Amino acid sequence: MDAMPKWADVVLIPLISLILAATISALVILAIGESPVEALNLMVKGALGSTYGWGYTLYYATNFIFTGLAVSVAFHSRMFNIGGEGQAMVGGLGVALICLYVPWPHWSLALVGGILAAAIFGAAWAAIPAFLQAKRGSHIVITTIMFNFIAAALLNYLLIGALKPKGSMEPATGKFPEATHLPSFQDMFSFGETALFRGAPANVSFFVAVVACFAVWALIWKTKLGYEIRAFGHSESAAKYAGISPTKIIMISMMISGGLAGMMAINNVQGEAERLVLNAVEGAGFIGIAVALMGRSHPFGVFLAALLFGFLYQGGAELALWTKIPREMIVVIQALVILFTGALDDMVRAPLERVFLALKRRKRKAA
Amino acid sequence: MTTAPAIELKGISKSFGPVQANKDISIRVMPGTIHGIIGENGAGKSTLMSILYGFYKADAGEIFISGQKTAIPDSQAAIAAGIGMVFQHFKLVENFTVLENVVLGAEDSGLLRPSLARARRELKALADEYELNVDPDAIIEDIGVGMQQRVEILKALYRRADILILDEPTGVLTPAEADHLFRILENLKREGKTIILITHKLREIIDATDTVSVMRRGEMTATVKTSETSPQKLAELMVGRKVSLQVEKSPAQVRDVILDVQNLNVTDEKGVHRVKDVSFNVRAGEILGIAGVSGNGQSELLEVLGGYEKGSGTITVNGQPIDLTGAKSDGRSRRERGIAHVPEDRQREGLIMDYHAWENVAFGYHHDPKYQNGMFMNNAAIKADTVEKMERFDVRPPDPRLAAKSFSGGNQQKIVLAREIERNPDLLLIGQPTRGVDIGAIEFIHQQIVALRDQGKAILLVSVELEEILALSDRIAVMFDGRMMGERRPQDTDEKELGMMMAGMNKGEAA
Repeated sequence: MDAMPKWADVVLIPLISLILAATISALVILAIGESPVEALNLMVKGALGSTYGWGYTLYYATNFIFTGLAVSVAFHSRMFNIGGEGQAMVGGLGVALICLYVPWPHWSLALVGGILAAAIFGAAWAAIPAFLQAKRGSHIVITTIMFNFIAAALLNYLLIGALKPKGSMEPATGKFPEATHLPSFQDMFSFGETALFRGAPANVSFFVAVVACFAVWALIWKTKLGYEIRAFGHSESAAKYAGISPTKIIMISMMISGGLAGMMAINNVQGEAERLVLNAVEGAGFIGIAVALMGRSHPFGVFLAALLFGFLYQGGAELALWTKIPREMIVVIQALVILFTGALDDMVRAPLERVFLALKRRKRKAA
Repeated sequence: MTTAPAIELKGISKSFGPVQANKDISIRVMPGTIHGIIGENGAGKSTLMSILYGFYKADAGEIFISGQKTAIPDSQAAIAAGIGMVFQHFKLVENFTVLENVVLGAEDSGLLRPSLARARRELKALADEYELNVDPDAIIEDIGVGMQQRVEILKALYRRADILILDEPTGVLTPAEADHLFRILENLKREGKTIILITHKLREIIDATDTVSVMRRGEMTATVKTSETSPQKLAELMVGRKVSLQVEKSPAQVRDVILDVQNLNVTDEKGVHRVKDVSFNVRAGEILGIAGVSGNGQSELLEVLGGYEKGSGTITVNGQPIDLTGAKSDGRSRRERGIAHVPEDRQREGLIMDYHAWENVAFGYHHDPKYQNGMFMNNAAIKADTVEKMERFDVRPPDPRLAAKSFSGGNQQKIVLAREIERNPDLLLIGQPTRGVDIGAIEFIHQQIVALRDQGKAILLVSVELEEILALSDRIAVMFDGRMMGERRPQDTDEKELGMMMAGMNKGEAA
């Protein structure tokens, strides 16, 4: 018998964790002599109060949906992929190559090309640690984090060398050709005089991310492969009994994971920067871990958690702009959210389970 | 009654979350007796003993030791009160000597030498008194399980235990070792020690105890004198209804050889040679039982046949060889060859405990075309299939959406059996079919196995329960140290002879 109804597990626990994180954040803001109410007000207004704010929030959320889904898929096979950062970097490399060197006739084809290139490059980058785990037993956590550094070094090397346009002083590729530019929300949702989302970076990639959520949901819960991935994640010994190959599942789940992380590049590289710069991923690969934890590795949960972190990113930027609250404060707030929703999950869960048990017992006695 | 009971529990209750493991339990154990506690898995025996030994704190109730009300907050207090416990899984330091293990935690002072010297003298005395002979300088990992168990008993006696609790002590012993253990217990009793024997084996209760208490679903249902009861009556008290302890079966109608194993060798990942040159066959319409103390190669034999361990040799099924090392040596390929497998450990292998019952019903057969719907799995079809199987195999509660871990051991096993038997396999591999299964379900499971045999299927049964092997098998093979010790027919042999073979002794070669 489960101690708690499902809704409490999925909704109530993250919500309570969030409130706890917000409360402590408020105390910290108070301690540095600012008003938490005003800060929250600013964050909400800055992130959600205008289409411009939404344009940023959804842009960040798009990144986090991809990296959050990546971590989730790997979680289902009990692989802890913390290499999303590196996989997204290498995905960016794929997007840059395909945008710079293939003459695309139209953005829609370039988007398909970008998705494929990003996914293939990201998957390939995840495949090496996966192979080492499956065949040599090298721990995936160690190898994926090492591959983040290798990816960073590789991009560094290419961006000051082969990919840098002659005469440029900047470690970045040249601008992608016009035909590869993805329509932004401003392009899509402006009618006549009223320009919505003006200047915001959100673009058509957001819808690709939403489709990816549905695709991952179907993969994990509706296909044979997803069934095998989850079975392997729950019990390796049982998976072997059933004839499920551990090597196959580790390789495939990690490559899907890496591919999803890589696909983030269509948003930040192809959609926003329109060229590949150093450190384009900006930590989104790591935020993906928090998003997956908070979203309980479920695509819908990942979607909501990605929105929340998008809000924190954009709202936090606004805070730094308009108050004396330093930029680092935002990192503190984000860290608290990660701490409470991810790491301290049991702290909330255990007392809540006791409450539900007591309620149940009382109901039984009354009956 | 003039003497106070050695142990008296009054109104002990304990619950874990929503589960009430012990309900208002009262029991009196008289000094100088062997008191059995019998009950099915999950009846609350172990919880009750853990309370007595200070591992758990009771929600309510009192403990009296020799008439004195005693609080037992931890195992130190239990030891101080003269209680010793021998666990099912031994708690010994493998690379220490016997002497060091006995002294561990009961040293006289910071210096080890005087303690060891005193312990050596005491062990000598105890060995002479109770037939508890163990070489004090042997390393634990070099001696057999029977010896290790004696070390556990010595540990308790060295700590001046007057009351000894043994939890399922014969689970890992050969019949001969078990007999020796009961002789030791008899000696201890004669010296005035009190012994509590926890078991699920009716025969041990009848043979060894003076008084027996029966537990069912957390409650103490009866305490009776052993001489005034019978296995049949005890079984009924355990289950709460009439049960048949006999398996009804007609003579086997044997046909063609289905499984033929020739010179099979298995070496595990650590390089230990587990199965040594084993050859046998199983025919359609018969049950071949493989007896043996656990850890003598039977598990590895099943794993090779089931496709998830590599081996060398020749195995044919229906006359065609099966792949033992290559790409086709996996569970899926085996199933395609008509081999169904009920594994020994249903919780680690046979089921995904977090999966719903319906997901488990497709487990291993999830490639079956009838479970597919284009590129997706046809979950509705699997659920419908599960409802039918649950009905036919009387799985309770019949809810396909419940996680496997929420079912009792017997019902979990029924789910696995339903999945494997309903595939209509040519060969059924079945390991420990009734381990951790309640008596009521055992009856049902045995009937299903015999019914499958009568449909003309070949069945390879591996069990450490000799009674089960004798009741079900048409032929019995015994494994010891990875080798086949020989084959017997159940009507030509008995527990004693099989027990000798299980211990590696074979007098009458080739019966």
